Amino acid sequence: MNTQPTTAKRPLLPRTNAKRRLSKDQLLAFLFLTPSLLLIAVFVYGFIGWTGYVSLSQWNSIVPDLSWAGLDNYVQLFQTFRFQADLRNMVVFTILFIACVIFLGQLFAVLLDQKLKGESLFRNIFLFPMALSFVVTGVVWRWVLNPKTGVNLLLDDLGWAFGWYTDTSVVPGWSLFQIEFGMPIALIAVIIAAVWQMTGFSLAMYLAGLRGIPEELREAARMDGASERQIYFKVILPQLKPITFGVIVMMLHISLKIFDLIYTMTGPGANFVTDMPAVNMFDTTFQANLYARGAAIAIVLLLLVAVFIVPYLIRSRKGEA
Amino acid sequence: MTARLLSRSLLYAVLVLFAVVFLVPFYVLLVTSLKPFAEVSIATMWQLPHTIDFSSYRAAFQQLAPNFLNSVYLVVPATLLSALLGSLNGYVLSKWKFKGSEWVFTALLFGMFIPYQSILIPLIQTIQKIGLYNSIAGLVLVNVVYGLPVTTLMFRNFYASIPDSMIESAQIDGAGFIRVYRHIIVPLSITGFVVVAIWQFTNIWNEFLFAITITGHGQHPIMVALQNLAGSQVVHWNIQMAGALLAALPTMLVYILAGRYFIRGLLAGSVKG
Repeated sequence: MNTQPTTAKRPLLPRTNAKRRLSKDQLLAFLFLTPSLLLIAVFVYGFIGWTGYVSLSQWNSIVPDLSWAGLDNYVQLFQTFRFQADLRNMVVFTILFIACVIFLGQLFAVLLDQKLKGESLFRNIFLFPMALSFVVTGVVWRWVLNPKTGVNLLLDDLGWAFGWYTDTSVVPGWSLFQIEFGMPIALIAVIIAAVWQMTGFSLAMYLAGLRGIPEELREAARMDGASERQIYFKVILPQLKPITFGVIVMMLHISLKIFDLIYTMTGPGANFVTDMPAVNMFDTTFQANLYARGAAIAIVLLLLVAVFIVPYLIRSRKGEA
Repeated sequence: MTARLLSRSLLYAVLVLFAVVFLVPFYVLLVTSLKPFAEVSIATMWQLPHTIDFSSYRAAFQQLAPNFLNSVYLVVPATLLSALLGSLNGYVLSKWKFKGSEWVFTALLFGMFIPYQSILIPLIQTIQKIGLYNSIAGLVLVNVVYGLPVTTLMFRNFYASIPDSMIESAQIDGAGFIRVYRHIIVPLSITGFVVVAIWQFTNIWNEFLFAITITGHGQHPIMVALQNLAGSQVVHWNIQMAGALLAALPTMLVYILAGRYFIRGLLAGSVKG
């Protein structure tokens, strides 16, 4: 790029030009951003508002009826056996899924961080499922964990056989409202499939985090006579806390809105032992045509996600400012 | 030294064990899909096929080919459009900040996390109104719009690493908004485009909820067709597995050929703690 000598010699005139130029450019920048902002304003915020409005209406048939119903849909929703079971499943699924993904991701990352032979092969094996769709995962695991055909054939020889996703028991099964509260055994199969697909995500995050820790930290700890194990537990892992936080946020919103995996692998299940709010919303809205109630489920889901995500987004904004 | 050898062996043992467990589904997928139906019996599920047989692939391909093409028609324009728009947004939000632009970005980012159930009913009504219901064009629109937050985030982070001084010196030379973008930003963000394109390609190819609610028969992308195939009682396991492999093939190939960029996308598209 050749700078024109005039700009250097006569700063006054160009600067006003530059100013004018800049404001024109700023206007252009606005213009380019506007279509996206309008789309998001309508498709995200406008539609959320509209869904909220539908959830307060009486539109519970094929024919749209937007007359006011207040909170009726919500009250009825929380009284249904299915939605209570959904909430139980969601809590159990979310806790176990996230715990496994974090534990395995961190374990694999630390193991792969030991300068091994064949490190990239292992890494690719664990990361590969990330490239698949939940639909494919569901189809394959339904076959692998089929009680009559799948791993049970191998486990039979050991004298174990499980019902996997066909087991309808809930352990320990305390009564709570209309449902049994506890661990629905059928969910284990779905959690295995979800963990199989998503562990790669946390592994990648942790590996990036480990690579980002300066070697000096380890060196300094070694100088102080710490063993390799102590270095890991006292120096390295505490450094990974923010990553754990990020993984939790990403996994949380995936597990709260999980739909395709359940829909493909098991469906709602007997007594709704493998049902989730997102599946319930789909059935309620598009199979039963209860649009207002479906909208209510959607809004409950949105509020759950927002409770966790919004503070996080605002915090990261402040962190950058 | 022996202790070190022992711990090394243990390390490998643990990794190999987990690797085997992780590979089980792939093994089952492959051996089942390569068996003729006569061999797909419960008792021999874990055994290798006696003869390699591609008949289940033929059957799966016959059933899924039109849907595979639907997915291609969907994913190509949707990926290109959402990458282009994300790049422009990222450029504006990183190099042309204005008062409140950080909040605009945050509001945009929130769109990445919403459960899409919360916009589904109005979305279908709107798509019907504008005449795009049950069309691939409608799915392209939806995937582009809801892809905006993540592509904007990726490009914005990417452009943050381009020094402002480069842009300032170009401005002194009289380059404006568009020329800076074309001659500085785009040449420097080829990698960014590759990363975002791979990420969006994978996401849109694998997307299911919009695909199943916005398209009907004949227009279904591959994932919906696969779910229908697997959901019907009459389809044999070997054909289901072959279908799953066909549906997964494009994203698997992308991962094999450009895994590095895929992982970069994964990291760029996730908010840091």
